[in-house]
Amino acid sequence: MKSKPKRSSSQLAKRGLIYLLAISIAMFILIPIYLITMLAFSTNDVIYSYPKPLLPSEVTLDTVSFFLGAYRIIDSIKRSVLVALIALVISLLIGAPAGYALARYIFPGKDSFRLLFLSTRAFPMVILSIPLTVIYINWGLDDTNLGVALIHVAMALPTAILVTSSVFVGVSKELEEAALTLGCSRFEAFRRIVMPLALPGLAASSIFTFVLSWNETFAAAILTINNRTLPARLIVQLGGSPAPFKYAGGFFILVPAVVFMLFVRRYLLSLWGITLK
Amino acid sequence: MAEIKIINVSKKFGKVTAVNNVTLTIYDEEFAVLLGPSGCGKTTLLRCIAGLEQVDEGRIYIGEKDVTDLTPRDRKIAMVFQNYAVFPHMTVFDNIGFGPRMHHVPKLEIKERVVNTAELLHIEDLLERFPAQLSGGQRQRVAVARALAVQAKVLLMDEPLSNLDALLRLEMRAELKHLLDELETTLLYVTHDQVEALSLGDRIAVMKAGIFQQIDIPMQVYDHPATFFIGGFIGNPPMNFLHARVIDSGTKVMVNEVEFKLQTRVTAYLKKKKQKNVWMGIRSENIEPLHTQEKNAFHASILVVEPLGSHLLITVKAGEAILKVNAHPDSNFKTGQDIWLKPNAKKIRWVDKKTEKAL
Repeated sequence: MKSKPKRSSSQLAKRGLIYLLAISIAMFILIPIYLITMLAFSTNDVIYSYPKPLLPSEVTLDTVSFFLGAYRIIDSIKRSVLVALIALVISLLIGAPAGYALARYIFPGKDSFRLLFLSTRAFPMVILSIPLTVIYINWGLDDTNLGVALIHVAMALPTAILVTSSVFVGVSKELEEAALTLGCSRFEAFRRIVMPLALPGLAASSIFTFVLSWNETFAAAILTINNRTLPARLIVQLGGSPAPFKYAGGFFILVPAVVFMLFVRRYLLSLWGITLK
Repeated sequence: MAEIKIINVSKKFGKVTAVNNVTLTIYDEEFAVLLGPSGCGKTTLLRCIAGLEQVDEGRIYIGEKDVTDLTPRDRKIAMVFQNYAVFPHMTVFDNIGFGPRMHHVPKLEIKERVVNTAELLHIEDLLERFPAQLSGGQRQRVAVARALAVQAKVLLMDEPLSNLDALLRLEMRAELKHLLDELETTLLYVTHDQVEALSLGDRIAVMKAGIFQQIDIPMQVYDHPATFFIGGFIGNPPMNFLHARVIDSGTKVMVNEVEFKLQTRVTAYLKKKKQKNVWMGIRSENIEPLHTQEKNAFHASILVVEPLGSHLLITVKAGEAILKVNAHPDSNFKTGQDIWLKPNAKKIRWVDKKTEKAL
């Protein structure tokens, strides 16, 4: 107890520094989010005023409804949700079994397999875009929801597999074996024991895919012309649009990502190797 | 009837042979213990019987039925795992009731079984709790209750006490023995703890490197270890082994300048094999420690004296060998003193130095 004050003076400085750093990083991210959100709910006068106020003076839905009323925006939002859902379902259907296999079984080429699908993330989309577009046109997938969803699946799958495999590793094999000896078939053991225990982690991985798809711009913009998802439409329209449109658009792109972070904080940490149990 | 028959079973993992062509019959309602050091294949064999591992060769029968190719659930077994493996997302009640539920037992009977088995293990007050709210010992009880609630004819236990602390283990061991004695179940219990094996088993199968070295009742395994390994593995302290030089055409041996007579059976064996040396095996409690020289006693010097309450454990050096000897707690032995050791002739075991098998 006596040595405590001695130690804490240098430790306090260290802690203070860490907190200062953390706060600056948080501010760097949060201030733009705050400003965009605030302005998305402000009147035109406020948006065009200079300098802009730091606190909302008058909350209004005018800006948002102006944005939503703009050409094909509602359509694009619906399309974005649909594409993200398709991407989510497909990547879960492929990613969860693949993750389970990686977690439970030893098979030849396991390590190279792991490396292989990680390396797909190292391949820049720009290089792939032209051949991909050609294939899409040949297959009739261009300008379709399924087409965009598929490319999002390809982008999300490596992460989805790694996340789900770490989730399944966290569910002890002995639990599954205990279920087998207590009268379960393999499928029943999975459904009654592994699935409920893995569910939160699988949900996190699904939301990750959803947000990736929701925010993905480049591939969506290249592969579609008329049937564009929200980011793909905004990337084209935002530059030439009035300021209220920009703020409201920015807000709609931001929201899911922020909500996502709140929900999956826990699982993101465990995914990065910090166990919270 | 639920006899377990294991016939010529082998199991390999890559190039490592975990279980090497073993044969064993566990009789109906017997409490059999598989004992061996870690990595000897005992858990693998248990998992083969449970159906969690596929055997590479051989057949396994439970009752009259060949279960070699059946899934665990078709084998009518229950198993207790080393790390308890209680389901964290279910209450104690649901954990214990899980087996009966999977076997489509009617709801009312499930409840009855859960309550009854919970009472047997004194966890009837914990039924509404989740495993995270339980101590290690309580989780252990849930794991045992869950296996019992299945009412299987065969119960397999994989080191169920090894994760408990020493005191709790001692308590649970006695309770488990009492509990399992009442059951009409065939039991196979895996452990690396020789005391556990001696205290619990009707019979012990001692395993090393994938094969059985001895299958016998506990006292026989303790008193007549079949091999050099078992003598050194079972008992605390382990059996003492001394070099014995064969003399007088195999009728006697010399151990530290003292002659010991051999039984004619041993003499015949040594003559046939033309062996000049054997091991003399003797347990610490079968050596009489003496202050003065006597007939049939050899000389040693005391290295350490450990008072253990019920007796003194004396470590001595006799020739090249380090031995352990028990002495009466009131006897006056001190470090550095000379001591004479007189083995009880009836308890001496002779072991072939080449095959390491008892004679």
